[in-house]
Amino acid sequence: MFDGRDPIYLQIADQIRGDILDGTLREEEQVMSTTQYATTFRINPATAAKAFTELVDEGVLYKRRGVGMFVSPDARSRLVAGRRDRFFADVVEPVAAEARRLGIPVEDVVARLRELAAEPAPRRPDVAATTTTSTDGESS
Amino acid sequence: MSFGVEVRDLTVRYGRTTALDGVDLTLEPGRIHGLLGRNGSGKTSLLSVLAAFRPATSGTVLVDGEDPFENPRIMAGTCLVRESGDHMDDKARATLQIAAAVRPTWDAELAGRLVDRLQVPLDRKPSQMSRGQRSALGVVVGLASRAPLTMLDESYLGLDAPSRYAFYDELLADYAEHPRTIVVSSHLIEEVERLFEQVVVLDHGRVLLADDADALRARGATLTGPGDVVDAFLDGRRVLERRTLGRTAQVTVDGGLDDAERRRARDAGLEIGPVPLQDLFVHLTASGDRP
Repeated sequence: MFDGRDPIYLQIADQIRGDILDGTLREEEQVMSTTQYATTFRINPATAAKAFTELVDEGVLYKRRGVGMFVSPDARSRLVAGRRDRFFADVVEPVAAEARRLGIPVEDVVARLRELAAEPAPRRPDVAATTTTSTDGESS
Repeated sequence: MSFGVEVRDLTVRYGRTTALDGVDLTLEPGRIHGLLGRNGSGKTSLLSVLAAFRPATSGTVLVDGEDPFENPRIMAGTCLVRESGDHMDDKARATLQIAAAVRPTWDAELAGRLVDRLQVPLDRKPSQMSRGQRSALGVVVGLASRAPLTMLDESYLGLDAPSRYAFYDELLADYAEHPRTIVVSSHLIEEVERLFEQVVVLDHGRVLLADDADALRARGATLTGPGDVVDAFLDGRRVLERRTLGRTAQVTVDGGLDDAERRRARDAGLEIGPVPLQDLFVHLTASGDRP
């Protein structure tokens, strides 16, 4: 589950952010306790607590005393705003660097981006699965 | 309740052999500490002094602020389970009854659950048990004592894999509910490192490293790429290991990389990887020479 590339607490924090972004964790929903994280993933409870501290500092989670940790009401919009800020540095710049390395003209990259943008947005996997069952199964 | 530990300039000698050589160490209360070291590095000597099984040759040892040696209050709150188990040769049932009588913090319900889960034969004496069963009995005593300073000296290593995982689960669940100072010593690191909040590495009777487990996990890095590019990037870093395959080199360096350095390495075409705690431990303690 956690591959050791980053400290485990960063991986836990990333996983919770991802769950909020894709709607697996909803706003005002309670997240697992540090004890549950510790016993489920066999990690020190302090490691899980560190992830929570980071997410509380970011305003993604908040603590209800004596009850536990909950997803902030505006957690998703915060995360979306943060990812937008980093989008060019984290996503576009590596694409540009790799294209340059491979000698792919920037026009080709832009053309492909335009094509993708023109296609209907990809459906969520569960929705896609139910809409393709009525066809012959050759969805690609 | 948790006991903290302060050790200053601790030396332990057995005749002409020096087992611990000027050890300085602080174990914060209420955390799970990993005590790592190769065989003969001094782990058992250190734990034996903390548990008042033997006196220090010189130096200061404070457990919850007091010298533990022949100190009834500290000894009642300190539990060391060594790999041998140190059990008297009586039926396991009797061993558990005595532990229950002398440990003010004993939890009979936890003991019962562990006996079932780890399959301890209550009607057998340790001399009639397998190594795994003796280990299991030691683990039951160690966890159910719920001592403010609990030390498990490789005591779980005789357990088979399913029992070891059951032990990790029970340790974490009980620690989460009843925080206390726990020291787990091991030379098998990969399996247990995530249990630790802090790690101490002993080598040749001295403290080689003592740090937050996450800091140690971020401490090293591997750099992989064309040999000359890797070399240009090393820039005086301490190299722990170097492997070459044709023109590609993979170098393990001591010391993590900050974000700017990571970016520079990636831009230079190098792949950056983490160094697992076990690898760091192997690299740092592999030398047979005394420091």
